[in-house]
Amino acid sequence: MTDIFLPSDLDELWRLLNIKPEAALYAGGTDLLVKRRSGLIDPPSLVCLERIQELKGVKECGDEVFVGALTTHSELLSHRVIRKHFPVLIQAIAVLGSPPVRNMGTIGGNIVTASPAGDTLAPLYVLDAQMEIRSLSSSRRVPISAFILGPGQIDLGQGEILAGVWIKRHQGFRLQHYEKVGRRNALACSVVSMAAIMRVSSDNRIYEIRLAWGSVGPTVMRFPEVERLLEGKPLTVDGLNDVIELVHAGIKPIDDIRATASYRREVAGRLLHRLINYST
Amino acid sequence: MTSNLLISFKLNGNEVQVDSAPDRRVIDLLREDLGLTGTKESCGRGDCGACSILIDGDQRLSCLMLAVQLEGREMITIEGFSLQEDRLSNVQQKFIELGAAQCGFCTPGMVISATALLRVNPEPSRSEVRQAISGNLCRCGAYQKILDAIEAASKEKTKL
Ligand SMILES: Cc1cc2nc3c(=O)[nH]c(=O)nc-3n(C[C@H](O)[C@H](O)[C@H](O)COP(=O)(O)OP(=O)(O)OC[C@H]3O[C@@H](n4cnc5c(N)ncnc54)[C@H](O)[C@@H]3O)c2cc1C
Ligand code: FES
Ligand code: FES
Repeated sequence: MTDIFLPSDLDELWRLLNIKPEAALYAGGTDLLVKRRSGLIDPPSLVCLERIQELKGVKECGDEVFVGALTTHSELLSHRVIRKHFPVLIQAIAVLGSPPVRNMGTIGGNIVTASPAGDTLAPLYVLDAQMEIRSLSSSRRVPISAFILGPGQIDLGQGEILAGVWIKRHQGFRLQHYEKVGRRNALACSVVSMAAIMRVSSDNRIYEIRLAWGSVGPTVMRFPEVERLLEGKPLTVDGLNDVIELVHAGIKPIDDIRATASYRREVAGRLLHRLINYST
Repeated sequence: MTSNLLISFKLNGNEVQVDSAPDRRVIDLLREDLGLTGTKESCGRGDCGACSILIDGDQRLSCLMLAVQLEGREMITIEGFSLQEDRLSNVQQKFIELGAAQCGFCTPGMVISATALLRVNPEPSRSEVRQAISGNLCRCGAYQKILDAIEAASKEKTKL
């Protein structure tokens, strides 16, 4: 039997983490309890975060939006502010797992799991989201690209938790897009995914663009040189084709049970073509 | 060493207190300790939806919840549907009438998904119904009849 705690607020959590530094945390449990069941991990004690209201929900603070780490995917999907400002995140969450998985799973859990296939990650990379890390005595902010170090590896020290995510509200990207290719439509881990946000002028030129790919390397990948090359170019198949070589050269896909590296490479480039749907 | 915990919650309308290991999975608590075997376990890892329950009205998976998480919550299992007024729910009735169960193993989970949907969206489109059961696997492949049954339920005056 494992010790398990259900703190009702942050004060209680900090007290617990102090006396049980070896405890494993979980929020929705949709990653952690699966790993525990399959014997991959066997933590001596567990702390369930689900009751900590302080880290739940969406807050608007000046020009930023704060999303508490314990906010579930279902809560985000129906949230007015998220729907209005961050459609790329909404599109990604809509294809994450299944209704009950979205009712249980949290954005914080998705980030800390740091799977290259995590569906909220590519949107958070293009939105330049910042992670708020808290401990009993400190609080710091890091961009998501610095927080996630590799598959399952994150910049989180002893006694620290992910409190939530900060995203700038008015970034001016009217066109937002997320697509994942999986083995089936629902309950499918991504084989390749791509998030894109862009500003396109009325004469169909790409004014500003940010792109991120999932499942094609140890972390989500962005290529600033690809983005710079596209800026100023017309949004056409030829224009996009000009950078596909660079994308292929940059990504580091692997063979696994879901797909081969060469299939992933092919699809990663093809997903760019979808942006043509937004041309004016 | 950890000992059992008294956990209080509402189960199918009744306040209950159970003496359980806090890390017992809710599916085991239901099936083995409480004798409520309507809720099924198939994959044990979130993939199939057979173990679905309602917690405070939301669909959750009892294979991915630990007993301690029930404290203070209201849980409804498939058994809770027919207790009220001693009859089956409209959704259950439509499953029978339209032959939406073959082996029946996925049925409790499907009924929970359908009920969770109709509570928030009483007149769903076919594609919304598909979305709603996208976390439920049916190994017999009775999907079309399941969709028909849920759609038929949504067309009745009393939907649930
Ligand atoms: C059937 C099924 C399908 C799935 N499909 C998808 C999918 O399509 N796409 C996808 O991206 N994911 C998918 N997942 C994975 C999972 O549902 C998501 O990653 C989810 O967001 C995890 O959130 P959680 O709250 O359940 O995490 P938990 O399991 O509770 O936690 C995951 C990890 O994060 C840590 N953690 C959680 N919250 C915090 C915090 N605030 N501070 C510090 N550490 C924390 C935990 O210690 C643990 O290591 C699926 C899972 C299942 C079971
Ligand atoms: S047994 Fe819980 S989802 Fe399959
Ligand atoms: S009826 Fe047999 S699994 Fe669905």
